Amino acid sequence: MYDVLIIGAGVTGCAAARELSKYQLSVCVLEKESDVCEGTSKANSAIVHAGFDAVTGSLKAKLNVRGNQMIPELSKLLDFDFAMNGALVLCFDKEQLPQLEELKQRGIDNGVKGLEIVSGDKAREMEPELSDEVAYALYAPTSGIVCPFEMTLAFAENAYANGAEFRLSEKVISIEKTPEGTFGVKTDKGLIETKVVINAAGVYADKIHGMVSERPMTITPRRGEYLLMDREVGGKVSHTVFQLPTRMGKGILVTPTVHGNLLVGPTADNIEDKEDTSTTRKGLEEVRAKGALSVKDLPFNKVITSFSGLRAVGDTHDFIIEETEVPGFIDAVGIESPGLTSAPAIAEYLRDIVGTILPLEPKENFISERRGVVRFSRLSPEEQNELIRREPAYGSIVCRCETVTEGEILDSIDRPLGATTLDGVKRRTRAGMGRCQAGFCSPRTMALIAEKLGIGIGEVRKNGCYENGKGGEGDA
Amino acid sequence: MREFDLVIVGGGPAGMAAAIAAREKGLENVVIFERDHSLGGILNQCIHNGFGLHTFKEELTGPEYAYRYAVKVDELGIPYETGTMVLDINDKREVTIISPGRGVETVKAGAVVLAMGCRERPRGALNIPGFRPKGVYTAGTAQKLVNIEGVVPGRSVVILGSGDIGLIMARRMTLEGAKVKAVVELMPYSSGLKRNIVQCLEDYDIPLMLSHTVVDIRGKDKLEGVYVAAVDSKNVPIEGTEEYFECDTLLLSCGLLPENELSRSCGVVIDPRTGGAVVNESLETSIEGVFACGNVLHVHDLVDFVSEESARAGAAAADFVKNGRRTGGEQIKLIPGNGVRYTVPGTVDVTNVEQEVHIRFRVTGVFRNSSIVMTCGGSEVFRRRSRILVPSEMQDVVIKKEKLEGLSGEMTVEIRGE
Amino acid sequence: MIKELTCICCPMGCALTVEVEGDKVVKVEGNTCKRGADYAVSEITAPTRVVTTTVISVQGRPVPVKTAVPIPKDKIFEVTEKIKSAEVSLPVNVGDVIIEDLYGSPIVVCAKVG
Repeated sequence: MYDVLIIGAGVTGCAAARELSKYQLSVCVLEKESDVCEGTSKANSAIVHAGFDAVTGSLKAKLNVRGNQMIPELSKLLDFDFAMNGALVLCFDKEQLPQLEELKQRGIDNGVKGLEIVSGDKAREMEPELSDEVAYALYAPTSGIVCPFEMTLAFAENAYANGAEFRLSEKVISIEKTPEGTFGVKTDKGLIETKVVINAAGVYADKIHGMVSERPMTITPRRGEYLLMDREVGGKVSHTVFQLPTRMGKGILVTPTVHGNLLVGPTADNIEDKEDTSTTRKGLEEVRAKGALSVKDLPFNKVITSFSGLRAVGDTHDFIIEETEVPGFIDAVGIESPGLTSAPAIAEYLRDIVGTILPLEPKENFISERRGVVRFSRLSPEEQNELIRREPAYGSIVCRCETVTEGEILDSIDRPLGATTLDGVKRRTRAGMGRCQAGFCSPRTMALIAEKLGIGIGEVRKNGCYENGKGGEGDA
Repeated sequence: MREFDLVIVGGGPAGMAAAIAAREKGLENVVIFERDHSLGGILNQCIHNGFGLHTFKEELTGPEYAYRYAVKVDELGIPYETGTMVLDINDKREVTIISPGRGVETVKAGAVVLAMGCRERPRGALNIPGFRPKGVYTAGTAQKLVNIEGVVPGRSVVILGSGDIGLIMARRMTLEGAKVKAVVELMPYSSGLKRNIVQCLEDYDIPLMLSHTVVDIRGKDKLEGVYVAAVDSKNVPIEGTEEYFECDTLLLSCGLLPENELSRSCGVVIDPRTGGAVVNESLETSIEGVFACGNVLHVHDLVDFVSEESARAGAAAADFVKNGRRTGGEQIKLIPGNGVRYTVPGTVDVTNVEQEVHIRFRVTGVFRNSSIVMTCGGSEVFRRRSRILVPSEMQDVVIKKEKLEGLSGEMTVEIRGE
Repeated sequence: MIKELTCICCPMGCALTVEVEGDKVVKVEGNTCKRGADYAVSEITAPTRVVTTTVISVQGRPVPVKTAVPIPKDKIFEVTEKIKSAEVSLPVNVGDVIIEDLYGSPIVVCAKVG
């Protein structure tokens, strides 16, 4: 019997697990995919929003601003990449100035610091590649960029280190409320008993909700398509550049990523299929067309990959984070943007809800820090040599584009909640994320995974679950 | 700090040929740094035959061709360090390398030959919408999986791009028991050699769909199939022509890109047309004492030309180490004119030409019954008639030194119809 | 009967029309040089190919091999299959013979492995 079962190992679920692992509670995270961070959390804009977007007084507004304040410190404690690069919201028409002012006022009301409206010229001074059409911009210095995989992994690994259990590749089939007031969660692998359930199932949160609650809820997947460009052109902009909505619809952003690439997107299309993370010709054309409004001569010939992600859009325009009418069943749903930014604040909020159901006794031996996979390329030559002396695998470069060593790849597989797929290795080490998009390194990475899992090279998966658990023969 | 007269970056066909030529010019202190565990580079996975007709007057497989050069490297006692990757080169020709055995180390080089080769254009650069499942590989990655790792990545295959590696892999996958359903080519002509179209596709009844492209990739975790559509004269897919091909593997063979990250890091000027360094007649880049050859300079179709070119780079590097930079004479600047995409080299200093200079280039389209013409200052320097010139074949023009003496300014290389 | 071929002697890729009677070529059209006619005759009367493939060694690593001389084109699959079932143990070196005679050709190793 667990105290708390969290359904979904995205950034919300993992942040909640970490927060709850500070207390004397037995916590388990259940995930249908073979890895954490396999849904919405892995494919988004990776922005730590300042907090001027959400309606004042909404949960989104509160948790966004709080999350924005927490992430810089967390990034140091938990060793994930974050940079406070500031954001500019552009308007291309003087007549839109009132809208920009409204945005600024909303930000101030939400508690966002440092907001300032600047002229087009001033904006171009700050960001020389901006379009000549920019009339005004709202400058938000506290906006930042983060690595969403690392952040989610960091929460998960730290939760794990503090005793949280993770059951991966396990899918919920049904949930029963027992006469004792606890829950029996039936999965494809067995029955899990728990006192409290947190529903953090992303685009599937309505399905999980419907297994327990009578109250109707729908989560609509809203697909966003992106283009990612080579690091060679990552310096095209230094701030995150948003657009005010125009007659062409909601704007798209152009931003550097924390790893130095340039990201342009997303589109916003409501779709039916909760698994449809495909990109479309039309969507990518829209990204190109709208991106070009903000920044001059976007180098679309430097695109190294395109991808799409699904935002879990609820029906209230706000996050829904509450204990439902069924005692002990807590929803954390409709976590669309700014969900990534808000995650650590959502975790605190969920903790407080759990605290109304179960006693919260702090752990004395809580481990607050976590170290990620070493980033060999960032070490000094002395540190690199020390590492290679200890472990020669660090002297062998597997991914040439991102300078990732065999040592890092082996660590990403060996560490707690380690990678079992090519995508898992990629998210932990960046091997395969560079300009050749795994052309060179994937045979070697596949061989390393195969050896560690004791399977054939041909069975190594790009993503998803091995049919007979890790190292199963299902994918021959 | 270890010091070498000549550091060669890469132990593939280009690096080996450069090392051998430098040693044969009497340079003793030469080293090859190779990131793989053996010499040979990409040839080790090119197990098909057709290599070496120019060099050895016989048809060899890739590994055999590499082996002949590796034997020569051994015979000459040229040191090479495998498992060693060059991380950085600076403009003082200090080369930082990494290996499991020696760690990170910076060595000093009298001269450097860049011979890193090229890589394949990845899917992202091709802008194909759809899912990103397992089963989508560049043709070269699949070639490595089959020929080096012994793993055949799928049973039913569609190949996008009719470059030579794609054609070779169509046959290779067929011989390994897979069904290759189609080779799809965006352009109205194949970028591969005729011989490969006949022997890799026609021999096995594999359809070549010209003026078609892949417009959608289906299957979330594992590839399930692709949609192929015809394209119009502007290469835009024509709606309503989509055809679905069920397949578990999509191979991409859509062009090669010289791998010049290192060259850029030391400040070498890159020609945007080739993706390789701008070089002079000695194959020296914009950085003194740094030379480039083979596929890192411009993508070749014949390894024989790589070897020949690289031997010239190695010899020039040896000459640089022994004699220093020769005083510059008049520069002739080569200008790609009508029908010519680029030239290698970009400039010629006649005083540095021993007997002859090779001018290599590719044409921009198919030209029948045309002439390659080079003119400088209004006078014709070279003319050669050709029944056919195609973009997939690199042109190699050799001009005697005496033809160039006294010339200066711009020399235009162009294709003229008859 | 009439057979259509693409000449592979040069990048021209002439479309050859070959008139065949029995197993004899009586006429070649479409070629623009002598080599095209020769190619047509050999392609029609006795098409041959060098086959290159790999054989998985006892130790699990693939070994690249080839037919030392061209073999009849219609035997390619049989040859590949026979090569696949050959037992090869590492180390091997360039020129090692793994099968003495397969349709008139020895099967030789193309690389040093192991």
